[in-house]
Amino acid sequence: MPKPVPTQQLINNLLRGDRLALARAISRVEDDAEEAARIVKAVFAHTGRAHLIGITGAPGTGKSTLVSALVESYRARGETVGVLAVDPTSPFSGGALLGDRVRMTRHSGDAGVFIRSMATRRGTGGLAKASADALLLLDAAGFDCVLVETVGAGQAEIEIARVADTVVVVEAPGLGDEVQAIKAGLLEIADIFAVNKADRKGAARTVAALEMMLETGGAAVRTVLHHGQRMEAGATASITEDEDGWSIPVLETIAVSGGGAAQLRDALERHRTWLDESGARVARESRRLNHMLQTLVQAEILARMEQALSPGLHREMVEKMQQRETDPYSAAADLVRKL
Amino acid sequence: MKQSQIRVLIAKPGLDGHDRGAKVIARALRDAGFEVIYTGIRQTPQMIAEAALQEDVDVVGLSILSGAHMTLCPKVVELLHTQGQEDVLVLLGGIIPDEDAAQLKTAGVHAVFGPGTTSAEIIAFIRNAMVGG
Repeated sequence: MPKPVPTQQLINNLLRGDRLALARAISRVEDDAEEAARIVKAVFAHTGRAHLIGITGAPGTGKSTLVSALVESYRARGETVGVLAVDPTSPFSGGALLGDRVRMTRHSGDAGVFIRSMATRRGTGGLAKASADALLLLDAAGFDCVLVETVGAGQAEIEIARVADTVVVVEAPGLGDEVQAIKAGLLEIADIFAVNKADRKGAARTVAALEMMLETGGAAVRTVLHHGQRMEAGATASITEDEDGWSIPVLETIAVSGGGAAQLRDALERHRTWLDESGARVARESRRLNHMLQTLVQAEILARMEQALSPGLHREMVEKMQQRETDPYSAAADLVRKL
Repeated sequence: MKQSQIRVLIAKPGLDGHDRGAKVIARALRDAGFEVIYTGIRQTPQMIAEAALQEDVDVVGLSILSGAHMTLCPKVVELLHTQGQEDVLVLLGGIIPDEDAAQLKTAGVHAVFGPGTTSAEIIAFIRNAMVGG
């Protein structure tokens, strides 16, 4: 096998917009924590320019098709687009079948588009651990906007809200009633709702349910994401508005024919302008960087802890628990004291 | 030896739409622990090479039942080489006459798997190639 390209050369080429270098850098960031650190250190100063857009929603709502329609819409304006499409890793085999490209083949041959599939590996919350780093690389490579498609999300896969500037939650008719619409989680992170497959029966009802949810107090829930802890929501906030005056639109799309994609792109651009003018972009970035920092510090502490504690000690504690000589809480406290 | 996760692109170039074989292999490779990128049917060599680049794959598996392998496969290999991916393993599955298989191997296809090949054989071939380099 040929010698791998030295990291520094890879970084230089990536910053010049070389696509193979970008592809290889993403792999290294996925495969190797030390390489990830080296690469991110070198490119970080070149990030912060792209509009990072998260597309999330339940399986089968048409996320990939909608991403493809959006790419087309951005390209029609001459903007370049990077796509990160995340699919789940099998917890049994460790393998993954990444099939999002099937819906995006029409952008083949377009040098203004770069599509990368990513398996979640050990990541949770609908993204891979390397997703945030991969976004930095796509940003540094110079794409005007970067679309991240999460795995088919349930109600709690909200990690995307920590990495994107703007989150689009994709719904489809017939997935649930008004009660589903007021449950916690996924619906609370939307900056924009897209009701896809809007030509199907029940679309109007889904739109109505979402609008009802927004009117009856979906406001200011954003703050919940701060450090993952609940912060007091501003009681004076207008009930149809998010923090500082963003009113969450509910749009209809028919991704398969491109219907509504231009309106969705317009809404995304309005949100981007709002982010800049209201100062929310700065606040969100600060939240994002704080989260990245916390994650990295935790990983480092975990690694040091695993070095410091012998596996024998762990086994000993487990045996004591099995004999009922100690309990999980006391055992954990004992182990931490030994650090 | 490659320590990292092995990534495989499974593509169906050409005009035949018989993709069951490709899907079976994609699934078997996933179950063997590989990350498989499936691109669907009717791919041109350019589309396949572009996907192989963006996905930074270690292996490209082509499934061809239309008889057009003698034009499609060398083209994929050539594009991979031009774009700097000389190290990518190229595999072909389908109904390929022996003399064609021999010729394709000299053109840079690493292995040709005919009818009756088990998934286990293909998996073993890939693992060996990744270890041996």
